[in-house]
Amino acid sequence: MARTAVGPVQRKFAPWNDPAAKPFIEFRHVTKRFGDFAAVDDISLTIYEREFFALLGPSGCGKTTMMRMIAGFDEPTSGEIMLDGRNLAGVPPYKRPSNMMFQSYALFPHMSVEANVAFGLKQEGMPKDQIAARVEEMLKMVKLTPFAKRKPHQLSGGQRQRVALARSLAKKPKVLLLDEPLGALDRKLREETQFELTDLQVDLGLTFIIVTHDQEEAMTLADRIAVMNHGQIIQVGTPAEIYEQPNSKYVADFIGNINLLEGQVVSAAGGMVRMDCKGTGATVVVEEETPAKTGDTVWFAVRPEKIGVSLTAPTDRSVNAIEGQVWDIGYLGDISVYHVRLASGATVKATVTNATRLVERPITWEDKVWLTWAPDSGVVLTS
Amino acid sequence: MASESDGRSRGLARWLVLAIPYAWLLILFLVPFLIVIKISFSTPVIGQPPYTPTFDVSGGIGSLMASLRQLVVDNYIFLTKDALYWKSYLSSLWIAIASTFLVLLFSYPIAYGMARAPRAWQPTLVMLIILPFWTSFLIRVYAWIGILKKDGLLNELLLSLHLIDQPLIILNTNWAVYIGIIYSYMPFMILPLYAALERLDNTLLEAASDLGSPPLRSFWQITFPLSIPGVIAGSFLVFIPVTGEFVIPDLLGGHTTLMIGKTLWDEFFANRDWPLASAVAVVLLVLLVVPIVIFQNQEQKRAEREG
Amino acid sequence: MRTFSRFNLTSVILGLSFLYIPIVLLIIYSFNDSKLSTVWGGWSVRWYGALVNDAAMLDAAWVTLRVAVISSTVATVLGTMAAVALVRYGRFWGRSLFSGMIYAPLVMPDVITGLSLLLMFVALGVARGFWTIVLAHITFSMCYVAIVIQSRLVTFDKSLEEAAADLGCPPFKTFMVITLPIIAPAVVAGWMLGFTLSLDDLVIASFTTGPGATTLPMRIYSQVRLGVTPEINAVCTILIGLVATGVLAAAIVSRRREQERQRAERLAAAMP
Repeated sequence: MARTAVGPVQRKFAPWNDPAAKPFIEFRHVTKRFGDFAAVDDISLTIYEREFFALLGPSGCGKTTMMRMIAGFDEPTSGEIMLDGRNLAGVPPYKRPSNMMFQSYALFPHMSVEANVAFGLKQEGMPKDQIAARVEEMLKMVKLTPFAKRKPHQLSGGQRQRVALARSLAKKPKVLLLDEPLGALDRKLREETQFELTDLQVDLGLTFIIVTHDQEEAMTLADRIAVMNHGQIIQVGTPAEIYEQPNSKYVADFIGNINLLEGQVVSAAGGMVRMDCKGTGATVVVEEETPAKTGDTVWFAVRPEKIGVSLTAPTDRSVNAIEGQVWDIGYLGDISVYHVRLASGATVKATVTNATRLVERPITWEDKVWLTWAPDSGVVLTS
Repeated sequence: MASESDGRSRGLARWLVLAIPYAWLLILFLVPFLIVIKISFSTPVIGQPPYTPTFDVSGGIGSLMASLRQLVVDNYIFLTKDALYWKSYLSSLWIAIASTFLVLLFSYPIAYGMARAPRAWQPTLVMLIILPFWTSFLIRVYAWIGILKKDGLLNELLLSLHLIDQPLIILNTNWAVYIGIIYSYMPFMILPLYAALERLDNTLLEAASDLGSPPLRSFWQITFPLSIPGVIAGSFLVFIPVTGEFVIPDLLGGHTTLMIGKTLWDEFFANRDWPLASAVAVVLLVLLVVPIVIFQNQEQKRAEREG
Repeated sequence: MRTFSRFNLTSVILGLSFLYIPIVLLIIYSFNDSKLSTVWGGWSVRWYGALVNDAAMLDAAWVTLRVAVISSTVATVLGTMAAVALVRYGRFWGRSLFSGMIYAPLVMPDVITGLSLLLMFVALGVARGFWTIVLAHITFSMCYVAIVIQSRLVTFDKSLEEAAADLGCPPFKTFMVITLPIIAPAVVAGWMLGFTLSLDDLVIASFTTGPGATTLPMRIYSQVRLGVTPEINAVCTILIGLVATGVLAAAIVSRRREQERQRAERLAAAMP
């Protein structure tokens, strides 16, 4: 399949939008307490078959606990977890149809690569020749056939990861759980492995759930992401939905870079919201349906790349335009990030693609510039 | 779906793993102590067993109560009256405290030297220290008899070097006992000390030096305090067993060496007074119970911390 | 700035000398031709020959060997179970007592342990002899084994057991197939420790023995009370030799394995 953009392949695969689609994994009001502390707090979530789903959040947000509850290493304090229509309560991990790829890989050090991959199959009681055939298939899939007889300590980090992957896929589980799969890899290896993982998932037609704190990993790999914090899910959506339509300041800030302009609602009707951002001294008009009412305090969230920077003033300065002074410039080669300080003292970040090959750029430190944006380039957030 | 019987068999296996060693220790470690306590309240008689009352369960509650009423505290009263005993306790405690201190004094430089040795030598050094520990305790104590005797190797050496003109009487004195204890228990102190010192971050000392602290002060203010867990572990490993030590005072000590382990042995085997020996054991146990509990708590906490 | 000063070197050398000189002297004098232990009569192995004809000594050695093998093997099994319970079972009812019973024997004076066991055997009417010594040795050895294995289990990577469970392996099988092979060196060390402790025990054996069950330490001790003889030196030298060989062999094996492992890891790290 030809690839046109980084990220999940453009496809019509969107069972979450299909009302007739049957949920594959369901969390129904699941809470997990450790003593007084609620690691997972009344979470309900639906994951569909063949999804590549990501649980994203900082450490301590509960994402790992959720994964461990699917695998069976922890039981919910209350609520149910359903897998393919079956309640998993009381089912020990060695009887569940899920398999996990551990963050530390957890390869059995006293067994060869072959024996590691064959381990799960032996537990099933598969006949020896079938096991050998499946192991060979798996090793070919991860390109480790010549290393079959080696022991884990004789392999590099990247190779160990592949063995872990092959081992966890050998039983063709209904769902594969991946715990921070790319964390231990260096940058180049990480990029290669990202594509391999998504290709593998589509080819095998399995459901993958990954747990990560790395937003880039989640955005690249997942069909849908659940952004979590403090044991709760803040937002679930596709990477594009999460990025362009965050539902809260937390999500807007967690993924990528964001500018937040605080202000009061002047009017909200007909799909247009007018905000008075005192402090920044700007009037913002946003194309948005919002539950906020006149007088409410809201935030205008706009991404740096959606803001235009110019030395010349726009034709209409009264709306969606602010003046400021360039405080700092982060030159990254392909883009320049302008940190613009407003009269109120607040700083707005604006990113500009360096589309032309210039060594000396027209806008430099301490220049007075105008920042402008389109009415549909940001969202209004009430929390 | 988890089957009922599977869950039950899982639970049973899990329970057995704990229950079997637990039961073993209850029956063969705890119950014997209870029996010692009971017999310490009994009276010696000629016969088998050489004490009375014996608890006869077949007689029912009535005979049990009658037996209980025959228990006496005579043995304990005797212990307080006869000077031999309380002197033995005090002497044992004193010898144990003094030798713990001496063992620490001698072991610390050795453990420190080992910790500072080049990394390549360390496993070998540790093995060299452990080797005598694996060799028989009895043998090592015995070795000193040949050295410390009146006509032993030490006296021979000193006489031939004309450092003395009369052989030194060392064997069968308290001096020999101290030498024997220090010799036998040094590995027990060196190993925990070494473990604590080896873990010490060298950059701490570099930082101290950089801030102007001379080596000796750095040692007392940084190295030694950080090695205290090792000092404590080693001290318990020496003090508690030495208090009840038998072999060393028996083979190397003399008539004036009063150690309670020897006293207990003599009471039991020579005098056949089992109730009295039991009372001696109970009092010794009471004396040691506090250090033993502290030791156990420390070690358990340390094991958990390193997990 | 890892200085190994002259003071350090001197301490270590003096310390090691102090530890080894008595043993070395004992070994040398086992080859003394003269019966008087402190008069050197020339090199001779006659005392080793005398040992071969000493039926009582050989008998005692045989008893000791059997007691040591049986007790350390059973102690290893029980100690491993105890260690698993201590490390993996969290807080359970009666945990403090259990933990106390594991740690107390490590420091308990032998006379107390021996006396208490003997009194119990008598109270229960159990005939004392070979098997009571075995029971006594199992009891204290299992505590040492438990400590050794506990410290190994505490640093054991639990995710390995979780991975096994995740792949379908039930708990007991996981322990036998994954955990045990990986902690095997600690189990062997525990066995060796139990073996040595049993081999070496004088006091507890003296209390718990019966007719016909004389152990080697008991025999040596009774001989020593009569006087120092080169024959005793000979027995001691043999024992020292056996133990030294065992410890050295274990050290060499583990060192070699560690070097191999490090070499393999270095090679692997150089790969892509």
